[in-house]
Amino acid sequence: MSHTVEVIGLGKAYRHYPNRWSRLAEWLLPFGGPRHQQSWALRDVSFTVSPGEAVGIVGFNGAGKSTLLRIITGTTRATEGEVRLHGRVAALLELGMGFHGEFTGRQNVMMNGQLLGLERAELEELMPAIEDFAEIGAYFDEPLRTYSSGMAMRLAFSLATARRPELLIVDEALSVGDAYFQHKSFSRIREFREQGTTLLIVSHDRLSIQALCDRAILLHEGRLLREGEPEIVMDFYHALMADRTFAHIRQELNAQGVVQTTSGTGEATIVSVTLQNAGGATTDAAKVGEEVVMSVRFRVHVDLPTLVVGLMIKDRLGHEMFGINSHRLSIPIENLAAGSEHVFRLRFVMNLGEGHYSVTTALTRSDAHVDRTYEWRDRALIFYVINVAHPRFVGCNWLAPVASLDAPDAAGRVADATGS
Amino acid sequence: MLIQLIRAAWRSRGFIVSSVRREFAARYGNSLLGSAWAVINPLAMVAVYMLIFSQVMQARLPGETGTLAYGIFLCAGILSWGLFSEIIQRGMTVFLDHANLLKKMNFPRICLPLIVLLNAGMNFAIIYGLFLLLLLVTGNFPGAYLLAMLPVLAILCVFALGLGIVAGVLNVFFRDAGQFFGILLQFWFWFTPIVYPLSILPEAIRPIVLANPLTPLMLSQQAIALGQGWPQWSALVAPALCATLALVVALALFRRRADEIVDEL
Repeated sequence: MSHTVEVIGLGKAYRHYPNRWSRLAEWLLPFGGPRHQQSWALRDVSFTVSPGEAVGIVGFNGAGKSTLLRIITGTTRATEGEVRLHGRVAALLELGMGFHGEFTGRQNVMMNGQLLGLERAELEELMPAIEDFAEIGAYFDEPLRTYSSGMAMRLAFSLATARRPELLIVDEALSVGDAYFQHKSFSRIREFREQGTTLLIVSHDRLSIQALCDRAILLHEGRLLREGEPEIVMDFYHALMADRTFAHIRQELNAQGVVQTTSGTGEATIVSVTLQNAGGATTDAAKVGEEVVMSVRFRVHVDLPTLVVGLMIKDRLGHEMFGINSHRLSIPIENLAAGSEHVFRLRFVMNLGEGHYSVTTALTRSDAHVDRTYEWRDRALIFYVINVAHPRFVGCNWLAPVASLDAPDAAGRVADATGS
Repeated sequence: MLIQLIRAAWRSRGFIVSSVRREFAARYGNSLLGSAWAVINPLAMVAVYMLIFSQVMQARLPGETGTLAYGIFLCAGILSWGLFSEIIQRGMTVFLDHANLLKKMNFPRICLPLIVLLNAGMNFAIIYGLFLLLLLVTGNFPGAYLLAMLPVLAILCVFALGLGIVAGVLNVFFRDAGQFFGILLQFWFWFTPIVYPLSILPEAIRPIVLANPLTPLMLSQQAIALGQGWPQWSALVAPALCATLALVVALALFRRRADEIVDEL
């Protein structure tokens, strides 16, 4: 099966001239050789995207994400390597589509739509749907300069997705929309996905990457640093955020077959994180409503004056379910001797909904994670929550409801629930 | 290469046509009288040249007896020059003006200079149409000689398009190009027989003006408008060659630097 996107050894260098005259000299003097320095915004990037696949591209500002998308869409030419595309492409690059400020929304849709490869008649036919989806009301016939950035984005998204493309490229554009439109555009993207559209998306939002993408690519300083399952790549990305030099970041397979991402300076490390059920047995499956104990065993390698143990439970999409640390629970952990092991225990009732969850642990010097992190470990534990004792319910937590019904009395009156 | 460019432009014809139409409309979008200004403006201009110079200032053209002769001479030259300089001046800034679009959409960039050409051509058609109407009303209509305008204007447009693209590409990399072309156009205007007839020039300057490739084009335009006869075809060869050369240089420069333009914007 052929790929929708093939990126082969892609590199982009921008030219820097020492001064204004040197470019002229380079242009005019045939044998003078190059007088510029190249700075590589992107180098040696290769990957493929299969039809129907959704790939998220993550990385810090300046990592080369936008440059990569611009080369894929063809607005910028690569210095080396090549991109092969199959099928109709629709792209939303950084806020809008180069709309013209003096023209109305309708006129801009007409012009840029033609640049997208749609026929005039086709656009006229699609116009009501585009206007309808953008939901910008009378502004549709006002000049673009009167639009807010969110409105311009609505229009751009509406136009780009008026016809289902084979490949949809979205560059952080959705982040300017309000929650309502984000939701609306995400459901349209999902709909396209179901119909087979390939998706290439840049986002800083872990949730949208994990919810939409089959695969994630991490770019760092113009190179492809990690590629794989969104959750694992995002863990690595978050570790990278705390430790830009990634000297201490490790990703390894543990005994459970789970890829754990660890980072930090290493003065203290996690030995194990376990879950015990009401009977005291270690388990990876807890029942809804069951009392459990989570134990974090850690080892201290050098003498430490203070240490804070933090725990975060996340669902499969990375939504944070519950997080807390020893400091906030008023458990001081002080004067730890080198070589000692400690166990921090958290007893609680498992009121999460059914599903699987991961636990992230942090050993830090103080309450603030940015102060100094001895160790940060994503997916230190994976556990399941099953529902046996309670009625079947949906959602992420069990609210232990008590239900009742007041039937009307003989006169047809229903007792007032508030009792007044 | 040329064929590729033409094919790319043809595929984007819908965009080009809409752009020309919108740009024309946008100019008058915020005014009360709307596109009436597209007629009022040039009408005022033609009226000034025709009436002020011939009636108020009593300017006469050597060798012509009609009272309107100088006004016709002036209009034919200035309107043609207006077409020429509009294409160059708009071409100069066309890539900078559309930076936003160039960075966000993938489309044949050659469309942009073509939009400039068509826009200027449309403005010229309006103003020259009014001018011809005035000639008709005053009984000075040149008749069949007007057909000769087609080749003359074609050379003029190709020449201007070539120079406009060169100026436009250079201006992206060196903003000096904009300043330079501005000054060049000023001098060029005065070294072309537009407001003065060739005959009044001192001997010392005449060779310079005759060497100017625009001179035969302007002389032809003036002769046509005055109904003096067909242009001197042989004199148009040199301008045609200059225009072709300008376009070849422009396309070569454009092709070489088109990808770099987006990086530089």
